[in-house]
Amino acid sequence: MTTALQPFGFDTDSFEAFLAQRAEPDWLLSMRRQSWDTYSKLAWPTRDHEEWIRTDIRTFRIENFRPPIQAPPASVAPPGLLTREVELAGACVSINSHSTSHWLAPQLASKGVLFGSLPELLADNADRLRPHLERQIVLPGYDKFAALTSAFWIGGQLLFVPRGVRVELPLHSLAALTADGVDLQKTLVILEEGAEATMLSETASLSVDVEAGNVVGSAPAESRGLHAGITEIVQGAGSRLRYVNLQNWGTGVWHFAHQKARLERDAGLQWTLAALGGKTAKVNQQVELAGKRSECQVNGVMFTEGRQHFSYHTLQHHQAPETRSDFLYKSALQDKSRTVWRGMIKVDPAAQKTDGYQRNDNLLLSDTSRADSIPGLEIEADDVRCTHGSTSGNVEEELIFYACSRGLTRREAVRLIVTGFFQQVLDRITIPSVRDALVNAIAQRVREYR
Amino acid sequence: MATDLLTITDLHVSVDDKPILRGVNLRMQRGETHALMGPNGSGKSTLGLALMGHPKYVVTQGAIELNGVDLLAMEADARARAGIFMAFQRPVAIPGVKMADFLRHATTNVRFPDRKEGEQLIPMKDFRKELRAKMDHLRMDVEFARRYVNDGFSGGEMKRAEILQMAMLQPKFAILDETDSGLDADAVRLASESIAEIGRNNMGLLIITHHDKLLEHNPPDFTHVMLGGRIVETGGVELAAELYSQGYDRIRRTYPEAEAENRAMLDHDEPQLSAVERE
Repeated sequence: MTTALQPFGFDTDSFEAFLAQRAEPDWLLSMRRQSWDTYSKLAWPTRDHEEWIRTDIRTFRIENFRPPIQAPPASVAPPGLLTREVELAGACVSINSHSTSHWLAPQLASKGVLFGSLPELLADNADRLRPHLERQIVLPGYDKFAALTSAFWIGGQLLFVPRGVRVELPLHSLAALTADGVDLQKTLVILEEGAEATMLSETASLSVDVEAGNVVGSAPAESRGLHAGITEIVQGAGSRLRYVNLQNWGTGVWHFAHQKARLERDAGLQWTLAALGGKTAKVNQQVELAGKRSECQVNGVMFTEGRQHFSYHTLQHHQAPETRSDFLYKSALQDKSRTVWRGMIKVDPAAQKTDGYQRNDNLLLSDTSRADSIPGLEIEADDVRCTHGSTSGNVEEELIFYACSRGLTRREAVRLIVTGFFQQVLDRITIPSVRDALVNAIAQRVREYR
Repeated sequence: MATDLLTITDLHVSVDDKPILRGVNLRMQRGETHALMGPNGSGKSTLGLALMGHPKYVVTQGAIELNGVDLLAMEADARARAGIFMAFQRPVAIPGVKMADFLRHATTNVRFPDRKEGEQLIPMKDFRKELRAKMDHLRMDVEFARRYVNDGFSGGEMKRAEILQMAMLQPKFAILDETDSGLDADAVRLASESIAEIGRNNMGLLIITHHDKLLEHNPPDFTHVMLGGRIVETGGVELAAELYSQGYDRIRRTYPEAEAENRAMLDHDEPQLSAVERE
């Protein structure tokens, strides 16, 4: 026998070893096994696949990573960007998929709110959470990454808000990666009928002194990492959610995310999706407007530099009458970075009187950056209003000159123009700390223009 | 007391390798008002933009000095901090940037020319107070400060916004490029009065205009006539009056060579700031 053993890689042996130490109910183990089966049968996506034509992952090797079964080499993560001077109702932190801390205001816990690490909360609430895990609105068979995550998720968060409970203050979650770390996570956000909440979630890369187990700062930009994640948001009738996602990994991290929301009657979702980090990020973002008059606003803010590659595939799926969707994505691109945005508004025959809007604007800060923008419509109802559009352009020299003629340096002028470009989408974000964090992060990244 | 002095000597300027100015000489002291007149395409705006340091306006010969210091060696932002200002004929919009934020940044840089990027701006409270006072003076609604720079402004609003910026930045020398064009009679009067209050005696004004209203409130100490990229005649307030009432026929006849060059230039479009004027 000369079989090369990779006891710590992503193979069936390591998967079984992982299951053996999970102490999870049989229904969950069987779901995981089914997904593992799917994973084993699926090939890695190549540029022959529609969604991957513009996204090259030939240099991605799963063999370079180990399932993050061991505890992380650090227990403390730095504070996030999104919560400066923000009073919170709860927070949780994970490093390399493992929960390191979490808390929730007791008065919310007593109302039945669950918030924190999904695996830990699952241990105590298995029966209650079973239908939410079995729902799988992100199909494990969507692609190999969805299958991997469905089978092998180790960490992730849960927010569960029972019927009619309003969580006034935001909840915060931070997922961190150390060098060569892996974040394999499943996040569930469940709002029952009439519930309300705000959740701020962000990611970061850390540099760790392994001996001392201390965080010593943010990771060297290029240090390698992998995130594969599934986020499912399920909103009952009349519920209201503000959900903020900031992807802020170091620039050596592969980011593969499937994010999907399903909204029942009269539910409202404001979803802010910001992305600054990562090496290659491939994100599927889908919203199902399943109930009458449900509505969703998506605010996308992206800044890429170096050789970063972000690919976003979005779907706003109108399934019921009088639903509204409004997706606005803005990206600024520096250096040799690249973005791909492919958006689709789909309107089912039953979804009369819907209003769907999608727009993607790109600002190119270098001659070597590139933005591909592909909006699309698929409409099967006849009484609807759907509009879409996209723009790509450079910073106009006349604007720079105008600002310079008032005493601003060229770099100050470009920063101002770039933040101005984002203002339209930032104005829609109703959480001041998120707006401020994004403005600062973007302004810091803008360098001399040409 | 020695006053500030702006001198332009034998200035030649090209745009896209096309010569527009062909030897302009001008000498201005702070406190003086100069009218710059001339038919379309004679190079008036070009002189302004070259003074301000627009990168497309390439100086091929000559000098511009402020108190003996070479302005041509400076980028536009350094010229602004040295005390040069231009009210543009067609100012561009900067979407998403609030007028107040833009002006606070500009005012700080111009008042503290040695400020490094990222250093403190003038305190918000003081700035707001001053801005509000100046806006009251110009009869501008406070809401104006919260709007994005020139974005969706009417022609009149744009011109008033330019005057407001001049009032805040208090330059030594200001070029006003048709700050009265596209305005109705009341708006022209208001603009003229404002410029007189803010600028006269306090700044050196170079007023580019086709109208007499602006000059009525700001009688020029000197009137210069441009034709074919040169100043062909300089006189006093009476020259401005003559040109306004009788046009440029006499000038064209007297300077046939410059007139021929002017015609040649008009065959090309004179480059302008690119924003579309919204009236």
